[in-house]
Amino acid sequence: MSKLSTKHLLGIKNITRDDIDLIFKTADNFKEVINRPIKKVPSLRDITIANIFFENSTRTKLSFELAEKRLSADVINFSAGSSSVKKGETLIDTVNNILAMKVDMVVMRHPNPGAHVFLSKHVKCAIVNAGDGAHEHPTQALLDAFSLRERLGDLTGKKILIVGDILHSRVALSNIFCLQKLGAEVRVCGPATLIPKHIESLGVKVMPNFKEALVWCDVANMLRIQLERQDIQYFPTLREYSMQYGLSNDLLESIDKKEIIIMHPGPINRGVEITSDIADGQHSIILNQVENGVAVRMAVLYLLAGQTNTIS
Amino acid sequence: MGIFFDPNQEYICASTMESRLLLNHQALEHTLNRLAFELFEKHGDFQNTAIIALQPRGVLLGRRIVERIAELTGVNVPYGELDVTFYRDDFRRREEPLVPAKTNLDFSIEGKRIILVDDVLYTGRTVRSGMDAMLDFGRPIQVELMALIDRRFSRELPVQPDYIGRMVDVVKHETVKVHWSEDNSDNKVTLYSSANNE
Repeated sequence: MSKLSTKHLLGIKNITRDDIDLIFKTADNFKEVINRPIKKVPSLRDITIANIFFENSTRTKLSFELAEKRLSADVINFSAGSSSVKKGETLIDTVNNILAMKVDMVVMRHPNPGAHVFLSKHVKCAIVNAGDGAHEHPTQALLDAFSLRERLGDLTGKKILIVGDILHSRVALSNIFCLQKLGAEVRVCGPATLIPKHIESLGVKVMPNFKEALVWCDVANMLRIQLERQDIQYFPTLREYSMQYGLSNDLLESIDKKEIIIMHPGPINRGVEITSDIADGQHSIILNQVENGVAVRMAVLYLLAGQTNTIS
Repeated sequence: MGIFFDPNQEYICASTMESRLLLNHQALEHTLNRLAFELFEKHGDFQNTAIIALQPRGVLLGRRIVERIAELTGVNVPYGELDVTFYRDDFRRREEPLVPAKTNLDFSIEGKRIILVDDVLYTGRTVRSGMDAMLDFGRPIQVELMALIDRRFSRELPVQPDYIGRMVDVVKHETVKVHWSEDNSDNKVTLYSSANNE
């Protein structure tokens, strides 16, 4: 099979295991491409991609833009802050205006969950979700699983712990869907106020005690506390959070944990969810995740762009 | 209807599907030996020469040629495998994208004499993509092309091989396929009269 089952990448929930395997297989090749002296291939030279960001982003936006440029696509960037959205234009109008300039694909980040699904029903182009509110962030989940697969091989039966602000995290939700489809067991850990109700219905066990959870897991994915999404006080102070759920070398030593992989989707708040010695230490694959992000996004864009005969 | 192929009458083709052996194992062995010697004649001790085979089917020939040269002359020629999927000119002109194969090129091609290897040379489009893909790794001083089978009169681009195993004249709906057996005991080249044949 060399075709995705979907026209858009809206979330991990609605793609299949075969899709994920195909994206990984393609990303393996793009990883080889971006490590060449000339890191560029001409595949998407007749495609124009709009990066539409209604929410701030550094890593994801740069990573997508780089992936697009490495595939030779033409790229236009759009940030809501400096646009007619401020003047009251609707989402569909904004996107249709961009598409009228002959744009073939849209990569969008939006603060509202489901914005991409809504848009996909109203416009004619492939849409890639670069994050919708606290819902999904599919490419992040794919690059996380891809990075783990590089370290661990097959993920079947691997124990993966997601720690921190699960409630506001789109990374957590997409990671849960993706890792479960790959056969891994996912558990979450964090303050009770930051664990969504009914998360067990996804087949995810909650582990309230961070130390026990660390003993259990092969991989710990440390999420950032998303203060910008928190409208009420979910825990007393950052210092208290860090003492209970912050990961440090001392903590790992105290439970004699030698083999563990530490991930972080970025941006890191050093000293809050992880200390610097962990972030820069031997267990961390944080920068591999960033590197793989470009390869995985190239694979997604390549597969979505190439699955239809749009020229002849 | 005569000898002409009628695309609306595909069932005729399927019902009369035939295969014809172009090269049997013995003949193919001779051809491989000749190709290896031709390379040896031109490149001598292969001081500044490298062989690059095109994925996916060219590598089956490339590996054998490199082995053959080592057996005949004792020289281990630098050998790489190149995937051209991302350089093809039919992206978005087919219903689904091609799944790429591995590129494995762990030496510098800068200033080298390169021999590109593919099994069947047909339209020349794969070789065109192969040259683009190769140039992303550096600037060779010279590039030559080896094809085991040269399908004459079917080129869509101005590409001609320097080393040819066998020239064949076949019409468009016929397929030429090189079969490599795993233990190298029954390699052969077959002509099929239906494009759907494996």
